[in-house]
Amino acid sequence: MSGNQPNRIPDFGRIGRDEPLRFTFDGKAYTGYKGDTLASALLANGVKLVGRSFKYHRPRGVFSAGVEEPNALVALREGARREPNTRATVAELFDGLVAESQNRSPNLKYDIQSLNQAIARFIPAGFYYKTFMGPFANTRLWMFFEKIIRKSAGMGTASGEADPDRYDRMHAHCDVLVIGGGAAGLSAALAAGEAGARVILVDETPRLGGRLNQDVYKIGDLSGGEWVEQTIAKLTALPTVKLLTRTTAFGYYDGNLIGAVERVSDHLPEMPVHLPRQRWWRFRAKQVILATGATEQPLVFGNNDRPGIMLAGAVRAYINEYGVLPGRRAVIFTNNDDAYRTALDVMNAGGAAVAVVDARKNPRSTLIDHTRGKGVTVLTGHAVVNTHGHFELQAVDVAPIDGDGAARRLDCDLLAISGGWQPNVHLSSQTGAKPVWNDKMNCFLPGTPKRPEASAGAAAGRFTLAAVLSDGHARGTQAAALTGHSLDREVKLPRVDAETPAPSEALWEAPDPATGHPKKFVDHQDDVSADDVRLAHREGYVSVEHLKRYTTLGMGTDQGKTSNITGLAIMAKLRGQPIPAVGTTTFRPPYTPIAIGAMGGTERGQHYKPRRRSPMHDWHQERGCEWIPAGLWDRPRHYPLTPNETLRQAYVRETKQTRQSVGICDVTTLGKIDIQGPDAAEFLNRVYTNGFAKLPVGKARYGLMLREDGQVYDDGTTSRLGENHYVMTTTTANAVAVMAKLEFYLQAVWPDLRVKVVSVTEQYAAIALAGPNSRKVMQKIVDIDLSDDAFPFMACGPCHAVTDAIRARLFRISFSGELAYEINVPSDYGRFVWDALMDAGAEFGIVPYGLEALGNMRIEKGHVAGAELDGRTTADDLGLGKMLSAQKPFVGKTLAQRPGLTAPTRKKLVGLVPVDGKTALPNGSQIIELADRDKPRPVKMIGNVSSNGFSPELNTPIALGLLEGGLAREGDTVLVAYPLKNLYIPATVRNPHFVDPEGKRLHG
Amino acid sequence: MSRYSVFSVLKGGLTGQTHWGRAWRDPEPKPEYDAIIIGGGGHGLATAYYLAKLHGMTNIAVLEKGWLGGGNTGRNTTIVRSNYMLEANAHFYEHSLKLWEGLSVDLNYNVMFSQRGVLNLAHSDAQMDAYARRGNAMRLNGIDAELLDREQVRRYAPVLDFSDSARFPIVGGLLQPRGGTARHDAVAWGLARGADSLGVDIIQNCEVTGFDIQGGAVKGVQTTRGAIKAEKIGMAVAGHTSQVAALAGLTLPIESHLLQAFVSEPLKPFIDGVVTFGAGHFYISQSDKGGLVFGGDLDGYNSYAQRGNLPLIEHLGEEGMALMPSIGRIRMLRHWAGVMDMSMDGSPIIGKTPIKGLYLNGGWCYGGFKATPGSGWVFAHTIAHDEPHWINRDLDLARFRDGRMVDERGAGPIPGHH
Amino acid sequence: MFRFTCPHCGERDVVEFSYGGDASVVVPDLAAGEEAWFDAVYQRDNPRGPHVEYWHHVAGCRQWIRVERDTLTHEILACGPATGRMRPETGGEGA
Repeated sequence: MSGNQPNRIPDFGRIGRDEPLRFTFDGKAYTGYKGDTLASALLANGVKLVGRSFKYHRPRGVFSAGVEEPNALVALREGARREPNTRATVAELFDGLVAESQNRSPNLKYDIQSLNQAIARFIPAGFYYKTFMGPFANTRLWMFFEKIIRKSAGMGTASGEADPDRYDRMHAHCDVLVIGGGAAGLSAALAAGEAGARVILVDETPRLGGRLNQDVYKIGDLSGGEWVEQTIAKLTALPTVKLLTRTTAFGYYDGNLIGAVERVSDHLPEMPVHLPRQRWWRFRAKQVILATGATEQPLVFGNNDRPGIMLAGAVRAYINEYGVLPGRRAVIFTNNDDAYRTALDVMNAGGAAVAVVDARKNPRSTLIDHTRGKGVTVLTGHAVVNTHGHFELQAVDVAPIDGDGAARRLDCDLLAISGGWQPNVHLSSQTGAKPVWNDKMNCFLPGTPKRPEASAGAAAGRFTLAAVLSDGHARGTQAAALTGHSLDREVKLPRVDAETPAPSEALWEAPDPATGHPKKFVDHQDDVSADDVRLAHREGYVSVEHLKRYTTLGMGTDQGKTSNITGLAIMAKLRGQPIPAVGTTTFRPPYTPIAIGAMGGTERGQHYKPRRRSPMHDWHQERGCEWIPAGLWDRPRHYPLTPNETLRQAYVRETKQTRQSVGICDVTTLGKIDIQGPDAAEFLNRVYTNGFAKLPVGKARYGLMLREDGQVYDDGTTSRLGENHYVMTTTTANAVAVMAKLEFYLQAVWPDLRVKVVSVTEQYAAIALAGPNSRKVMQKIVDIDLSDDAFPFMACGPCHAVTDAIRARLFRISFSGELAYEINVPSDYGRFVWDALMDAGAEFGIVPYGLEALGNMRIEKGHVAGAELDGRTTADDLGLGKMLSAQKPFVGKTLAQRPGLTAPTRKKLVGLVPVDGKTALPNGSQIIELADRDKPRPVKMIGNVSSNGFSPELNTPIALGLLEGGLAREGDTVLVAYPLKNLYIPATVRNPHFVDPEGKRLHG
Repeated sequence: MSRYSVFSVLKGGLTGQTHWGRAWRDPEPKPEYDAIIIGGGGHGLATAYYLAKLHGMTNIAVLEKGWLGGGNTGRNTTIVRSNYMLEANAHFYEHSLKLWEGLSVDLNYNVMFSQRGVLNLAHSDAQMDAYARRGNAMRLNGIDAELLDREQVRRYAPVLDFSDSARFPIVGGLLQPRGGTARHDAVAWGLARGADSLGVDIIQNCEVTGFDIQGGAVKGVQTTRGAIKAEKIGMAVAGHTSQVAALAGLTLPIESHLLQAFVSEPLKPFIDGVVTFGAGHFYISQSDKGGLVFGGDLDGYNSYAQRGNLPLIEHLGEEGMALMPSIGRIRMLRHWAGVMDMSMDGSPIIGKTPIKGLYLNGGWCYGGFKATPGSGWVFAHTIAHDEPHWINRDLDLARFRDGRMVDERGAGPIPGHH
Repeated sequence: MFRFTCPHCGERDVVEFSYGGDASVVVPDLAAGEEAWFDAVYQRDNPRGPHVEYWHHVAGCRQWIRVERDTLTHEILACGPATGRMRPETGGEGA
């Protein structure tokens, strides 16, 4: 025996006995072996109690040996790597593993909330829908109880710390994707691979072979395990075949795309620095073979949840794959032949098979005869009706299934149960292929494929090894052929002993014992009992979805893999209808739960979204600017002179200095679209509200664009650089959308127009120079005459900047209302030209200004920007009505004339100044009438403040806003309301052109 | 109908909970009703409930093609809020929120409305200004709203990313404390039970296949269970509104799009209220059972498929990790998709149609669940009086033609952008 | 996660495209009246089944293309340029 592992059986299993691994569970130290799962290692150590159920906190043990596990959930690892709700049955053991039980307090053995069992009768399914209401019509009573419920609900506890590990993403294409590496999958992959197809085989476990590792089989002259090894060797030798273990195909999506997660490092004690924790795969396959196997279904009987009650196939898995005998004295309870193997394997491993309790009245097969021949008591027509024990099983009560005859008690410490096998139809069902109920086999089979896929082996309802191997081979051959690959020789399949099992008979729920009415669990994790299903039926929650939602059946982390079918069957019986009439359950992805970190892949932290930077970014950084995000761009907000200078001090200083002398601003982020072609003028005439056809070469014009629905879309200047060549600017926010829209018009709506557009936003650095001295500064670096006559307001043209090597475009346009220029140079020269302008401007005290001063100056001028162009305003609202040409049609013109968009009650652009001349009018304020300040809410909002700033010239805070009545209310006092901070500021309505309303400075 | 109370459940405990009867009947359709509501989701059931309760119309039927609550009522992320800026929406959703607050008691069915708050995060000052504009409007409309700074957000939801590695650091947020979540299925069941007890026939597995329209007025419907007459018919079939309306010859400003939703494995309390990411499309809350419920953007194309695709799933993972990098090791348990009626301005349509006696309730975009009681309430009024209530007057179908859009996002007539 | 045959680039993944909505809508002449523009901007057949729609190959050739796709099954039925003939989709790995 293996020292401190009392249940370990010598010479069994595929574990590495020369590699002992230490681990702890709830602080207690144990040892297992390489190749163990946490569950097998715990069972080897005789640990039976591993968890508590969701609602009643019943003691629970390991129930299965795979992903279907409802009970054995633990928190794996510690600290930031703590992973709650981890199934011990699939967690690979590693040295130093730390696991903790869940949903218990203070500990697993003494759990205070196990008191819930005592009041179980008072808290049936859905009790919370009937209680915790009133007496008053508010939510207080419920929220009081909800706090308690929330604390006791949930299972595991999340770490709350940032996940320290990395996740990767991979894409792969193949001819044939085989999902599942058991007998069928291996056989299919071999057939397809030998035919020359590009094959990828994935399996969720670390060890290919599936049930061949867990059952005793002969294939030809080989054992099952030897055949697996031989097949893997053959597959590995094929250059077009790729095998991926620890990889769960979780979802089947459109375009024959399979999503999968590979657990690259979860089985390692430490995460290697060069590997991700998990890898997210997108497999795109021409053909998919679903060799996903089947899940053994349990039986429902009194107290069927005690530690020591396990699926019969799981018992064989622990014996044959892990070398662990989970109990010494086993009773087997079944409705099919397969579980008889468990009796034989238990005996073979040195345990006792106390009895096989078979619900069938008169089953006949060689396997049953063989089992009887080994001296095992077989009780046909019997059922287990109750069990005894608390933290572990001690005995079961067995009674005739038709209800007459006394129960007899069988002492045992292991009950292996089998309700037959349900093919794993999840993935095919996700494609919309509705599973089909098979009355003979008592299970759902995959529906008619809707995609290039085929199920193979147990997933297709083939449950004998011979059938599985030949089916896998046939499917593999067929899939390869469909992708143009075939083998020119006959393949002889290995000989496998024929099996002729007796048919299974449905037994969804065993009868009650003669006395008492013990709980019979359908869904172990969520504690849904057969009585709960009956209650749902009684109350009319009879459709499958109502049943699930009302009772929470199948809503646990195991997603109902061992409970949905049983629940459905019990409901069908209650309704007196066949199962398919009651419905199928929806197999929603993922097949097993997947880490959200894996979903997110590599795009974490700063990589969540790209960061766009202008060519002058480093200069701004060196100058100590404060940054502000503008979409994906970083833009300088202001350049504080000292650490103590406030935002307002800084932008007011920048505004002043610009208006008095000269300022420089990085405007690279504005969208720039190059437009060329003989019909470019006509094109612009259609997309802008104002005329562009007559714009002379060498001139720029401000343009306004509407959406088709007539509301303002975007604005910017467009310049005519040549007869058939324009460059358009857009707002930073709309650059991408406007570009796509222009392309749409040209390609889909007006393909006859000979125009091409291309975005050049990132090809040019754009620098604005504003202020009375801007001409003097700019003149120093360009080689064209900037005198007002030679280069007047709205002029544009090519030039060279600094040296003859730098070809630039110069525009005399202004957002600030000052004499101003904008120069565009190829991005690579941006920083160089910027530096040159700073040098040239030094004698004038040139000041860099940020987005805040830029905004402030445009507010002083009453220019609208993003806050006003909010997608709900019309040209007229913004005081731009005169830009709607009456001479020509343009996009949006027709629908702009609808009554709702021309109503006199619409809010229109106004300027606002505080009555006291001091208090800022914060952005986001609403505007109400003075008289409404103290009236009960709701009160009418007559407008809102969209942008605000401070005008050094007027020496007052200023704001732009939209106000009902617009300038008709000039001179009125209104109330700027910011109730979130209890601010109510009387303000005077005035013309929004606060500074230089005649625009003299532009022409200076 | 037996009344639900803690005493009746305790009593049931002594008798094996066998005293409960059906929560609602399973009647055969009658040949004629005073009114028919098409659609047995929350909205249709609420309409029937309020028609019977407030307008005395009890000879009515709800026709459901599948099972009650099987559409978007059972497929959403259960958020209830009224944090809207534009008046038409604000008044409507606030009316609905007030009904939510008393709904469990009114229905004698605990719909588990829990007012744990809805917080919209802001990641720039400009976004704070936009939220302030909305929050100030809410307050002036008599709706609760609070502007939180970064520290207040940290106290409200400490699991969010406040580290230096956040691509879009949290600046603050707008909180509606009265917002929260409810148990979506319970709303359908409670309303069904309530309507049934007032005499409403709730008929499942009954699909409408055509309308009987004479002289511009509706006279009845054809169904998979025979023809049924009624001179007032309300459609509450969001997700499939275009399809049902087309049976009456109507074309609508609506497209059907997919919205996916996700739930994680159950956890002990992790996050209290509802939090929405401001630098992407992601929102998250935690159900009473412990699952993190999250969702995000539309899949981005017209669809009726009720199942989504991988790009959006990956995107949601990215968004979730950007907002709260501690969810990396939490596992997603299920994902599904609902079919959204995306209207051309992002707001619902509740009112009359050009056909007399035929009423439309649709275009809910993402907002349908929270609207459930309010939608039924104003729709019942509209059907009973053949005139909208002032609360839904501006949410009419004619607004699109007239240019009176209620466009909360300002995204324009692109349904997928709302 | 469908794939389209972009008429300019060949078979590409949907993530390279952005959606442009119903392509059966005829954008009216700019001078057309309110009725025509109202229909084009707001009214949608919104079919449950085959749907011809625009997609913009933003991460490829930047051409708008038309795709016929079933809105219930997501099957791709045909692809073509923004104007001109559509070709039936052969299936490939897509279907």
